[in-house]
Amino acid sequence: MKKLTINGQVHDVDVPDDMPLLWVLRDVLGLTGTKYGCGIAQCGACTIHLGGVAVRSCQTTMDMVEDIPITTIEGVGDTPIGAKVQSAWLEKEVVQCGYCQSGQIMSATALLTDNPRPTDTDIDDALAGNICRCGTYVRIREAIHSVTV
Amino acid sequence: MIENLVSRRNFLRGTALATAGLVLAVQLPGNTRRASAAVGEQSKFIPNAFVKIDTDGIALIMPHTEVGQGIYTSSAMLMAEELEVDLDQVRVEAAPPDLKKYMDPILFDQATGGSTSTQSDWVRLREAGASARIMLVGAAAERWGVSADDCRVEKGIIRHDPSSRSLSYLDVAPDAATREAPKQVPLKDPSQFRLIGTRAKRLDTPAKVDGSLVYGIDTRLPGMAYATLAIAPVKGGRIASMNEAAARAVKGVRDVVRTEDSVAVIGEHMWAAKLGVDALELSWESGPNASVSTQAIVNDMHEASLKPGVVVRDDKGAAEAIRKAKTKLDAIYRSPFLSHSPLEPMNCTLHIKDDRAELWVGTQVPVRAQKAVAEATGLPPEKVTVNNQLMGGAFGRRLDIDTIEQAAKLLRNIRYPVKLVWTREQDLTHDFFRPYYYDRVSAGLDDAGRLVGRTHRVTGSSVMARWAPPAFVNGIDPDSLDCAAETPYDETSVFADYVRHEPEGLTTAWWRGVGATHNLFVIESFVDEMAYAIGQDPVDFRRKMLTRNPRALAVLELAAEKAGWKDKLPQGRGRGVNLQFAFNTYLAHILEIEVVPGKEVKLLRSVLAVDCGIVINPDTVRAQMEGGVLFGLGTAMFNEVTFTDGAVDQSNFDNYRILRINEAPKVEVYQVKSLEKPGGVGEAGTAAAAGALANAIFSATGKRIRSLPLSEAAV
Repeated sequence: MKKLTINGQVHDVDVPDDMPLLWVLRDVLGLTGTKYGCGIAQCGACTIHLGGVAVRSCQTTMDMVEDIPITTIEGVGDTPIGAKVQSAWLEKEVVQCGYCQSGQIMSATALLTDNPRPTDTDIDDALAGNICRCGTYVRIREAIHSVTV
Repeated sequence: MIENLVSRRNFLRGTALATAGLVLAVQLPGNTRRASAAVGEQSKFIPNAFVKIDTDGIALIMPHTEVGQGIYTSSAMLMAEELEVDLDQVRVEAAPPDLKKYMDPILFDQATGGSTSTQSDWVRLREAGASARIMLVGAAAERWGVSADDCRVEKGIIRHDPSSRSLSYLDVAPDAATREAPKQVPLKDPSQFRLIGTRAKRLDTPAKVDGSLVYGIDTRLPGMAYATLAIAPVKGGRIASMNEAAARAVKGVRDVVRTEDSVAVIGEHMWAAKLGVDALELSWESGPNASVSTQAIVNDMHEASLKPGVVVRDDKGAAEAIRKAKTKLDAIYRSPFLSHSPLEPMNCTLHIKDDRAELWVGTQVPVRAQKAVAEATGLPPEKVTVNNQLMGGAFGRRLDIDTIEQAAKLLRNIRYPVKLVWTREQDLTHDFFRPYYYDRVSAGLDDAGRLVGRTHRVTGSSVMARWAPPAFVNGIDPDSLDCAAETPYDETSVFADYVRHEPEGLTTAWWRGVGATHNLFVIESFVDEMAYAIGQDPVDFRRKMLTRNPRALAVLELAAEKAGWKDKLPQGRGRGVNLQFAFNTYLAHILEIEVVPGKEVKLLRSVLAVDCGIVINPDTVRAQMEGGVLFGLGTAMFNEVTFTDGAVDQSNFDNYRILRINEAPKVEVYQVKSLEKPGGVGEAGTAAAAGALANAIFSATGKRIRSLPLSEAAV
């Protein structure tokens, strides 16, 4: 049995050590806002915060996460910056199909938490790991610039 | 896919299905039977296929599916405009499979594709809203004993100002349900629109920024198990051997099910299922397609392209005009197989019982999905419930139901709910691919630099022949020559023919703007070749050929002005133009790039000028242009699917590269005001990408790109 702290709540889960957090979140705990896209850390759809750092949950196994607080898209709106990012996303009407946007928002929130006024290059560096198939990049950039931290 | 008038004429001609469909579609909103669906449910008002008013509020039963293009919002705006309600008063419900009620009148199927949704819903959803409003107002007027003409509606409240009385739609819904549907349904003049044309907020996006939206892949049911699968790497292959016991021994694995060419492991979560598949130690028999390779396919297409095809357009004298011309051009263009790779991988949740089945999936074709499950399980279609979900992208992939069929075959003997999820690798390697096209083009220009003759032979697979056989008439696939046989230019001497060539070992499918995307790369590159061949500016050359096409000329001028076409560029930079009429929308695209030797092409700035007729939601049009052009540019830069020994060489985003934010250009979209009826926008931007890119590369480097994607050697 492992203890996980996700979005401030403690969960006990009985899963293998090598199981990626992605599937624990989605299939065991029912937190389906974190998405599966590639399984090899190429697309960023599964991005979560582990101890405040944006990581790919498809590559983050259970033996790596115990005792480190986890934030997912379901909980990021409870943080002041996460809430601002979500509303900027709606204000700029960033979203199309939306499937990548959980990951984009998690990456953007992590960026803005570390760097309140990111340049275009900073945005590129922080979000180049998040694929958007619909091509919402233009608006993601606009939305991040519009957030005042 | 089936967009321009010529295509549609061809499509209509000789198809019984088409005729039947049209009749159904026109009968719908104004049907004269009593709106009796509300019988037995006192407060329900369901005046037609699209409008439902009950204690839960006002719903649009949405004939089209949401893949990210914003149609849930745009179509709701159409209905709400005439129903006289605000957009936030409308709830959108996915239509159940019902061809009679929800067929797309352009596609002749309950389908979402081909940039047809707004064009299809433009009249019928406004009529549905207006018809409902007339019945509701009529019911209120009767109750008050006043004339309906003296009543007005505001945000779903019917008001009789002379007596200061008001009733809500819900108040009169039961009375309205007993009234005749009006025979005449007058619609507003565009000058009276209060919603259409506004930047209304999308209805589907709030749930997409907090993780609460349930896509097909997020389905969770009591007692549900999770499965993933492996499919024969070569089409037509079979399982040679597998170690089922080893898979069953994996902790959390519950069942192993198989067909001849695939096997699924069912477990308590995806991880157990994945480990189970890995444990199977699968070996495969390749079957008849074991030697299929891209090179062999292209060689065959080259051979096929040497012989005449089915004539699609023949103005007579094109070849002769070219022979006599002062300047002659000949070229071969090649466009690769492509994957859809929507970010939400293929998935399908099924609960099959002895006497019925329930399906949760995101599909562009709910009727076909229902039929697929029915056929695989032996159940009648009406016993299959389809819960259609919003989709994490589709791009045409979800116009096919092969994955649903496969799931139903694998799970037909399982009686608990199972969610089957394709891994990215299984999704990509078993995609149905955008066809490879091999194009031969030639043109002649006279002393004055005028285009006097053009020929175009397209060789490639016909998606239409497989997907909609009735539309494949006399050997002509109207999609294959879309934007090639007919261009916006003053052309009077064109010969175009089509050689259908079906490659072995793979299935071809719709993609984002199949015909238009491929043909515009060819045509717009070739028009550029003509301009440079006679030393003319590519925009000037196009402008001179637009004497009879003011809308095309207007978008070209607008894009040229906004892009600063005449401005000098520094060394290493280039600008390329692409002009098109596709999906009943005019679009000009000017792309600026930078080429630094030894580095990849850098996309700098994309300027799009669009005239898509009356705009429902300008922000959605902008979004589709932005996203569409990036989709097309990334594809032209990076993407091709290749085959070795019958199997697909690419498998995931590490070797099927998707454009990323650091590679995306700035995108500017300019919209032309128009009162023409709406055209489609979902695929237009994608179709406008590759031609502009190839032309920009020529402008920067003098190298002509005639084969996609850009290879390192090309620039």
